[in-house]
Amino acid sequence: MRGSALPVSAGVGFKAEHFRDIVAAKQPLGFFEVHAENYMGAGGLPHAQLAALRADYALSIHGVGLSIGSMRPLDREHLGRLKALCDRYQPESFSEHLAWSSHGDFYYNDLLPLPYTEEILERIVQHIDEVQRVLGRQMLLENPSTYLQFTATTIPEVEFLREIAVRTGCGLLLDVNNVFVQAKNHGTDARGYLKDFPFECVREIHLGGHDEQIDDTGAPLLIDAHGTPVAERVWMLYREVIERAGPVATLIEWDNDVPAWPVLRAEAEKAGGILARTAHASAA
Amino acid sequence: MNDTQSLPLIAGLDPAIQIETKRLLASHLDAPVKPAHEGKRAKFWFEETQQNFVAALLDPERPVPDALTSHTARVPEKRFAVYRNNVVTGLTDALASRFPATQRIVGEEFFRAMARLYVTAEPPRSPLLMIYGDTFPDFIARFEPAAEIEYLTDVARIEAARTRAYHAADAVPLDAGSLLDIDESSLGGLRFVPHPSAEIVRSAHPIVTIWAMNAGELPLDAIEDWRGEDALIARPALDVQVRRLPPGGAVFLLSLFSGAPLAAAAAAALDESWEFDLSANLAGVISSGAVCRETLS
Repeated sequence: MRGSALPVSAGVGFKAEHFRDIVAAKQPLGFFEVHAENYMGAGGLPHAQLAALRADYALSIHGVGLSIGSMRPLDREHLGRLKALCDRYQPESFSEHLAWSSHGDFYYNDLLPLPYTEEILERIVQHIDEVQRVLGRQMLLENPSTYLQFTATTIPEVEFLREIAVRTGCGLLLDVNNVFVQAKNHGTDARGYLKDFPFECVREIHLGGHDEQIDDTGAPLLIDAHGTPVAERVWMLYREVIERAGPVATLIEWDNDVPAWPVLRAEAEKAGGILARTAHASAA
Repeated sequence: MNDTQSLPLIAGLDPAIQIETKRLLASHLDAPVKPAHEGKRAKFWFEETQQNFVAALLDPERPVPDALTSHTARVPEKRFAVYRNNVVTGLTDALASRFPATQRIVGEEFFRAMARLYVTAEPPRSPLLMIYGDTFPDFIARFEPAAEIEYLTDVARIEAARTRAYHAADAVPLDAGSLLDIDESSLGGLRFVPHPSAEIVRSAHPIVTIWAMNAGELPLDAIEDWRGEDALIARPALDVQVRRLPPGGAVFLLSLFSGAPLAAAAAAALDESWEFDLSANLAGVISSGAVCRETLS
């Protein structure tokens, strides 16, 4: 099984509107990430752009539609499409979410939450085993941002993620913004969440912006909206993570109200600077 | 769910249509869960929770599922509404970005109300959002509040075809030079393969002109000569092109696409329109990139 191997550097989620700017010069970035489902057409501009990017940079393929948290069997047709995409572009990393998005005959286009129990854990382990067997590569599983909880939950989320990684050998994609959102939304503490996080399994980090709303009781409710710069408190948390975990490939996600290329690149360079300083400090 | 009368109505839309859509919605959400193909697989309790969850996502009248809670409110209405909004608004946005000319014609408010009803009646059946909305033109054709805009369905058909063309397989279109070597006596037996991106939309309305005016390709203007137009949508390289076909052109191309030899396709086109001009149409077919290689019968 091929291990996930993104270069320890900063990257961004690729947006087609940035293509001209990106190819106009060598960018100070180590990798690009794309959403797998946007490249499952037969041909045309998406593949022409992806092939051009892939020639010059490392690639992360990030799935949003596999619905690993479904209790029913995985969609084999979709898994086949993921395999074809990975075989074609040979990405350094493939990742998916701890969530479900399909049920029965329908796809709901959102990352929906799961209760954390032993039987759910076993089902997810089976699904990840199957993904890794079919793709012939290690996958990374991303920690979620959620807006509510299940009364049935018995296992803390960090323990749930750790146990999945231990039983399947998958890596983890640590979304630091999701950690922040999750803590705020459930009245817990982000540092407490990270205290026991299995950093040894983390192969990639995500950073993105969130929106602020309030719930029925007036309590803060953060939305994982990816439409703004990374919040300052999330940067602080990121620095703490890098100090403890060491430098890890780090991606800026900006999917809505996408800014001009220099703005997005500057956000990634900020992460790159933090990674470089940490690498330098640990080498000294 | 039988009490469709109590469902909320969307302002400006015929209540009868909304009740019909709600009935469709109720029938697919309440359909019994199909047995899995795997046969003996034990069913998880959570599978039923997922069923309640998705039913409540699409229908704001349904209660937040019992299995859910939050550290603040015991019944997290606003929190569940985030998921409802992500799903319904996200899919409505996907339709708005696939059908911008359709939206421009009816206005944003009407379009979003119509798209929301489509989202609840026909949620995606695939995680490939690029194909979501392939049946939206058919929905519009049945959507009574839009019936007075008779050309709306055909504009949506052009837009749906454009997305399919955008993602279609790459193929090298036929170039004019390759026809030069062919002996004149065998030209009539030539057959062509349609380019994977090529589609034709026939309309009783000046649909290419209307689409172009609402896609920013032509200035908005009154249409003096209101007659039917046929559209050819094709993507010979990377850019999707929409062309208006000349008289007989649609029949000519559809015949060629179905595998008819050139002579038979020309005869069918002449049958359709005495104005059909074979050499101009053949030149147009080649310059549009709508066909790939030729074969001799």
